[in-house]
Amino acid sequence: MKILVAIKQVPARDSLLTAAASGKWIDESNLEYEINEPDAYALEEALQLKEAHGGEVVAVCAGPDRASATIREALAKGADRAIHIAVDDIVDWDTLATAKLLAAAVKTEAPDLVLTGLQSDDVGAGQAGVVMAELLGLPHATIIMQVDIEGGMLRVKRELEDGWFQHVGMPLPAVLTIQSGIKKLRYATLMGIKKAKTKEVKTLTPGELGVSHVASYELVGVTLPQKSKQTQMVKTVAELVEKLKNEVHVL
Amino acid sequence: MSGILAVLEAGHKLSAETLAAAVDLGAKLGLSVHSVEPGGTYTADGFTDGLAELIRTKQFQVVLFPHTYQVRDFAPKLATRFDRSLISDVIRLRVDSGVLFVTRQLFQGKMNAEIKPLGEPVFLSLQAGAYRAGEAEGVVVEAMPAAGAAPRQKPEEKFREAARAVDLSAAPIIVSVGRGIKEKENLSLIEDLAGALGAEIAASRPICDNGWLPMERQVGSSGQTVAPKLYVAVGLSGAIQHLVGMKGAKTVVAINKDENAPIFEVADYGMCADLFEVLPALTAAIRAAKG
Ligand SMILES: Cc1cc2nc3c(=O)[nH]c(=O)nc-3n(C[C@H](O)[C@H](O)[C@H](O)COP(=O)(O)OP(=O)(O)OC[C@H]3O[C@@H](n4cnc5c(N)ncnc54)[C@H](O)[C@@H]3O)c2cc1C
Ligand SMILES: Cc1cc2nc3c(=O)[nH]c(=O)nc-3n(C[C@H](O)[C@H](O)[C@H](O)COP(=O)(O)OP(=O)(O)OC[C@H]3O[C@@H](n4cnc5c(N)ncnc54)[C@H](O)[C@@H]3O)c2cc1C
Repeated sequence: MKILVAIKQVPARDSLLTAAASGKWIDESNLEYEINEPDAYALEEALQLKEAHGGEVVAVCAGPDRASATIREALAKGADRAIHIAVDDIVDWDTLATAKLLAAAVKTEAPDLVLTGLQSDDVGAGQAGVVMAELLGLPHATIIMQVDIEGGMLRVKRELEDGWFQHVGMPLPAVLTIQSGIKKLRYATLMGIKKAKTKEVKTLTPGELGVSHVASYELVGVTLPQKSKQTQMVKTVAELVEKLKNEVHVL
Repeated sequence: MSGILAVLEAGHKLSAETLAAAVDLGAKLGLSVHSVEPGGTYTADGFTDGLAELIRTKQFQVVLFPHTYQVRDFAPKLATRFDRSLISDVIRLRVDSGVLFVTRQLFQGKMNAEIKPLGEPVFLSLQAGAYRAGEAEGVVVEAMPAAGAAPRQKPEEKFREAARAVDLSAAPIIVSVGRGIKEKENLSLIEDLAGALGAEIAASRPICDNGWLPMERQVGSSGQTVAPKLYVAVGLSGAIQHLVGMKGAKTVVAINKDENAPIFEVADYGMCADLFEVLPALTAAIRAAKG
């Protein structure tokens, strides 16, 4: 069983975000990056499926040079090899264009299963996996909390709203978007980190994949959300306790 | 013929808001407003085939969806059929000199981006709270064309996990903890505060994903919906999926070290501070105040 996992590199959580001077994206000059959280879970699911069914896990990531750190981390955790689609200006590619890149890379591998995260922590369109499925002509399901494979068929548990779930069956190959929390994440071992250095990372360019992009929107600008609510900001614990006592009446 | 198509989800509270948005947009853009509510068993394949046929024959210029889990499952596929990108999670629509601009959130609500869609049809999904449900007069109701090929997905019955041992919906006071707590060991700070307040403990999703607290204490779109008298959010950013589960709280207190955290936008009282410094003092002061 060959499993492809799409992983995106995003600014580290808790980064202090400010708009770039251009007003078109965030200021990236002092940022650190990490794997998109749901993608870490997608990778974990892929590794556990491989452990159960045998086969191979291939990580694919579209992004600039710095993305290679995230790719190495995936290899250190146990991915067998990786594809780095080298794109410097990935934020300027809309989801359709990004998914075209990923789909072209998937096609060269013909996997049995493609896993993505359910959405990215930065732009958060929440659709690259679904778009890829359509481009590849594969069935898909989203927000997945459990994956079972039996006799060439998939049976997955979809998360619905308000605590509801649903099992859905479909044939392989297929694309699934994985929800955070599906399994417990592993850490990379020292051995894994060592081994990662020797694993294959194939670099492909959009040109080599035959994909170009046409803008589907024009970015006016990014801003901090405006505050509309009159939040009373308190400075001290004493002040807060006074409010809880005299205004909220809970003490 | 062309116009705006609102694709509604039967029984979903966001459908009325989406229809209101379509009506408003129709008036501003001078387009007729149509709606469709696909029925029958949902599959991504079936809904995509049927709606693609409808959009193609009637040549809609704008297609609006509520940003529900079901829409997330098929709308990107549908947009792809038209070689278009869905603009998801939209919180504001603006028309300026006949041109449509949309605002969507980035970084789980920490930033906004305004974009001008290019080309047609424009596919948009609306986030909860973007529009108030209103009158929907003059909307042409469309029938969903029959699906084409048999869907590849085989959905089974929907179900809920076994009854929850904890029911947070009736709790008068809730202390809710987010990832700002850093380590499982630090949860004792939350337990102490909750103890002093006589509160139930709740959490954001990542805390439950990590197994630090049981899933049944999760508040949000995939957890419980609560409406306490007081909701104290500690080290929790206030992503929309969390907010939908607690916006019924009468009073919200937020403690967060990031002054731009979206949780402050829903808080009545905010304290921009390091929780590790504040919590011990707060717990002690509450105990003292209670005597
Ligand atoms: C301000 C701003 C606003 C934008 N708004 C939109 C918009 O409304 N609609 C739109 O289509 N595009 C938009 N974009 C472009 C956006 O950057 C691309 O959509 C992006 O490349 C992919 O979308 P995403 O990160 O939201 O992915 P999602 O669809 O949220 O990602 C889902 C999953 O796909 C996989 N994945 C996504 N990207 C990669 C990657 N580079 N490498 C490997 N795997 C990946 C991951 O597994 C991820 O978990 C915007 C860009 C900017 C700068
Ligand atoms: C389909 C879907 C369903 C989801 N369902 C849910 C759901 O039901 N419930 C839910 O909660 N989430 C849900 N999520 C996840 C949601 O999008 C957010 O990722 C999540 O709510 C963030 O949790 P958080 O606020 O704890 O973490 P973060 O966003 O990482 O926020 C941590 C906060 O702690 C603050 N902080 C850090 N250190 C300190 C300190 N020392 N002192 C004070 N403050 C500090 C930071 O400033 C930050 O604001 C869902 C997501 C998706 C895509």
